Amino acid sequence: MNQLTAKDFASPLDVRWCPGCGDYALLKTLQKTLADEGAKLEDTLCISGIGCSSRLPYYMATYGFHTIHGRAPAIATGVKLSNPELDVWLFTGDGDGLSIGGNHLLHLLRRNIDMQVILMNNQIYGLTKGQFSPTTQKGCRTPSSPAGVVDNPMNPAAFALGAGGRFVARCFDTQAKVLAPILSAAKAFDGTALVEVLQNCIIFNDGVFDGLKDKKQGPEVTIVVEHGKPMVFGANCDKGIRLAPHGFGLEVVELTEGGITVDDLLVHDETNPFLAMALAHLGEKEGEPTVLGILYRQPAEEYSKAARKGLPEAELSMADKLSGLSKTLRKAEVWSVE
Amino acid sequence: MEGLAKDGELPVSQNPEVDFVRVRIAGDSGDGVQMTGTQLAESAARFGNDIATFPDFPSDIRAPSGTVYGVSAYSLNIGHTEVATFGDESDALVALNPAALKKYLSGLKQGGTLVIDGGSFTDRAITKAGFDSDPRENGMLEGMRLIDVDITDLTEKAVKEAGLSAKDAKRCKNMWTLGLILWLFERDIEDISRWIERKFSKKPEIMQANLLALKAGHLYGENAELAPDVTRFHIPPAPVAAGDYRSINGNEAMAYGLYTGATLAGVDAFYGSYPITPASPLLHTFVKLKELGALSFQAEDEIAAVCAALGASYAGHLGITGSSGPGVALKTEALGLAIMTELPLVVVNVQRGGPSTGLPTKTEQSDLYQAVLGRNGDAPMPVIAPAHPGECFDIGVEACRLAVTHMTPVMVLSDGYIANSSQPWKLPDFNDPKYAPFPVTHPTDPVGFLPYGHDPETMARPWAIPGTPELMHRIGGLEREVGTGNISYEGENHHKMTEIRAGKLEAIRRAIPLQHVESGSETGRVAIVGWGSSWGPIRVATRRAIAQGKSVSHIHLRHISPMPSNLKELLSGFDKIIVPEMNYGQLAMLLRAQTGLEIDGRSCVKGRPFYVREISAMIDEALED
Repeated sequence: MNQLTAKDFASPLDVRWCPGCGDYALLKTLQKTLADEGAKLEDTLCISGIGCSSRLPYYMATYGFHTIHGRAPAIATGVKLSNPELDVWLFTGDGDGLSIGGNHLLHLLRRNIDMQVILMNNQIYGLTKGQFSPTTQKGCRTPSSPAGVVDNPMNPAAFALGAGGRFVARCFDTQAKVLAPILSAAKAFDGTALVEVLQNCIIFNDGVFDGLKDKKQGPEVTIVVEHGKPMVFGANCDKGIRLAPHGFGLEVVELTEGGITVDDLLVHDETNPFLAMALAHLGEKEGEPTVLGILYRQPAEEYSKAARKGLPEAELSMADKLSGLSKTLRKAEVWSVE
Repeated sequence: MEGLAKDGELPVSQNPEVDFVRVRIAGDSGDGVQMTGTQLAESAARFGNDIATFPDFPSDIRAPSGTVYGVSAYSLNIGHTEVATFGDESDALVALNPAALKKYLSGLKQGGTLVIDGGSFTDRAITKAGFDSDPRENGMLEGMRLIDVDITDLTEKAVKEAGLSAKDAKRCKNMWTLGLILWLFERDIEDISRWIERKFSKKPEIMQANLLALKAGHLYGENAELAPDVTRFHIPPAPVAAGDYRSINGNEAMAYGLYTGATLAGVDAFYGSYPITPASPLLHTFVKLKELGALSFQAEDEIAAVCAALGASYAGHLGITGSSGPGVALKTEALGLAIMTELPLVVVNVQRGGPSTGLPTKTEQSDLYQAVLGRNGDAPMPVIAPAHPGECFDIGVEACRLAVTHMTPVMVLSDGYIANSSQPWKLPDFNDPKYAPFPVTHPTDPVGFLPYGHDPETMARPWAIPGTPELMHRIGGLEREVGTGNISYEGENHHKMTEIRAGKLEAIRRAIPLQHVESGSETGRVAIVGWGSSWGPIRVATRRAIAQGKSVSHIHLRHISPMPSNLKELLSGFDKIIVPEMNYGQLAMLLRAQTGLEIDGRSCVKGRPFYVREISAMIDEALED
């Protein structure tokens, strides 16, 4: 069989996101990753809720299910329990996944069902025209918050870790070099892999991540962590992260000759949940870099396989099932009337 | 005198005191009343009687002892004729404390047999129950055939040799009571003794104590010098059809029926659920069917339960979810998705008193509008309802058949009464043509495959499941284009798709049997039209009236949406149409809309089924004019 190409994963439908939307970049990287990983169209299911992000399944030539607002994790749970062999990709947004569907996402993560959750975070409601979302920054003026948002924003990666997620990663929509290996790792992970994709909404929240993505400034305010590697960042590799010497936390330091060196920095350990939580929150204060890459990866028992334990090993025939049920019915007291 | 019975039907009694006995056992919710009642019911069923039961328990798990609101009761109708319902007034009441007496004395008929645990009638307990003075001394019990016995004390003495703690010894009170009740019914204790031996086989002391208590209660009846007006009940076996029987309640029968339906469809059952009274036993029954291939999932909420079931259906299982009214309200959005995606799904609503949280442990039929009408958009969904516990099995099978044959969600309306009450049930013979398989086919051929192409007869679209090569397609909650299933916002297409969705109900209407008359003639002066669990009291009342020569017929709907095609014609043959239902007139309204006929709706929303005498009064009143 011929290896499929990225093009083979594209459906014939015209993509109808706004020109310049970050979703285009993600879609392209996803299609290429699936082709590179040797995925099969028929075994791949793209499932989504409601919102701009959730249109993605229509643009894939795989099986697709565009469900209802916030409920994709619950529907995907039923799909995986029914057929654990399917490779399920769940597409959601900051509103769909964290607001209306927050409960389902929480339980999906704690159960650890094998699927990839791509949470496209543009910090705004796009499809309903620009209202603030659970991740919108405080003070942001939107049609539903003319005086500025009062709500505290939530941190998707920290939420996922708090819910018991075993694979949590973060990256940009347009940074294919970082995104592609994360998508491959998420696909390979036997459990729920949550990937937060920081996404630009060109219409309602344009430029919200510009500071982080800027060619010049970006390297100074972001860090891509890799397991086993020291946490160095900056265009000149002159900054790093170390354990705060006094107290409990992380500290951003400048590397100088004769001063703090790479050897003093933290080495990323993706199996450490406490480190992962600290990394998830880094960037919330001025002067801290936003952390990208795989923050946490620590396998645990996968739910759909565990939940199916106790089912018959071989498929029962109709006759087997009916005679089995007859036996079950007779476990109660049975009496005969002549 | 016996009523006119069709072939295979038990006769209806005209002589309540002689043909059947209605007994109610009541006590504190921790007194083991439900277990005592269940054992008595099953024992009577094994003896060959027809039975109908009605457990009535508070929604508190353990309400403060001695209070009226903490009273738990089990009503049981034992007959050698068809009993069909648990009865109106009871012939015998067993009150294990003053609160139980307070709550149920008015339901005991004049001259009825009354057993009370005298040991529990302390001044404090009498006051707590709300009596001004000791009811045994103030004349309240006059005219009753009273057996006033210190059950607590006699139980403790009887079980002494088993060496239990005082607390454990006291817990044998229910077996002592059961022993006495068995004596009242002229039954021996063999059958229950065997049950005790099985149940407590791993706890020999408890087993011995319960056996001792049971025996002591029975011997008490035999030996004590009871008042001369205390008489025993002689209820011979009913002439039931030959076969193997067991006792079953509606929730059990429903779960087994749904499993059977999925099996006959050639697919595995998936049950997604969130705990809710009174539907949780469906989940408890399903989890035990895992070794037979049924997969169960306790979800984080009602929404996830139905969504997971729908996801499982999409992937090739038959998704089933069960709940009660408030839970079904939460599932509503997903039901719209099931209708839009035309996937098979079965939803069981074990109705309880509403609206909102309502009366969780009380029965009602008030979710009919919700089932038939309660969704956004033009969203038709078939609705069917079982009439009694045993019928839940066949209704479960039918729900699955409709779901997979027509690719649609199906709503089944059970209720708390059907779910919790039990009756003798003839074990199913799977060679019976009514259990003929209806295996589904998942398409595999890409040639001519149209995800939203419809079979003109059933209006089903192909059930192509993910994992099938070359049939990749996208479905969802947005409107689909006829045939291709691509998104379409075109008005003409939406109109066509709306017709297709409505057409599923028309296809089902063509496939279901014509409406038949349950009892009585095809035409006449009065038709009593019921649905769901009002079947029992309507049946008994109409059969009695028919036997007395009155022109009344009982028509009972299993198919509520769509209704059978001959319904209007059939109902037109009656001068008056009366619809008694446990809601504020919902079927009556739907019938008016469907038939244009004048319908006389009668409500009972008192948390209990109709009494036979209430239906009888409706019949007599209607015939008077």
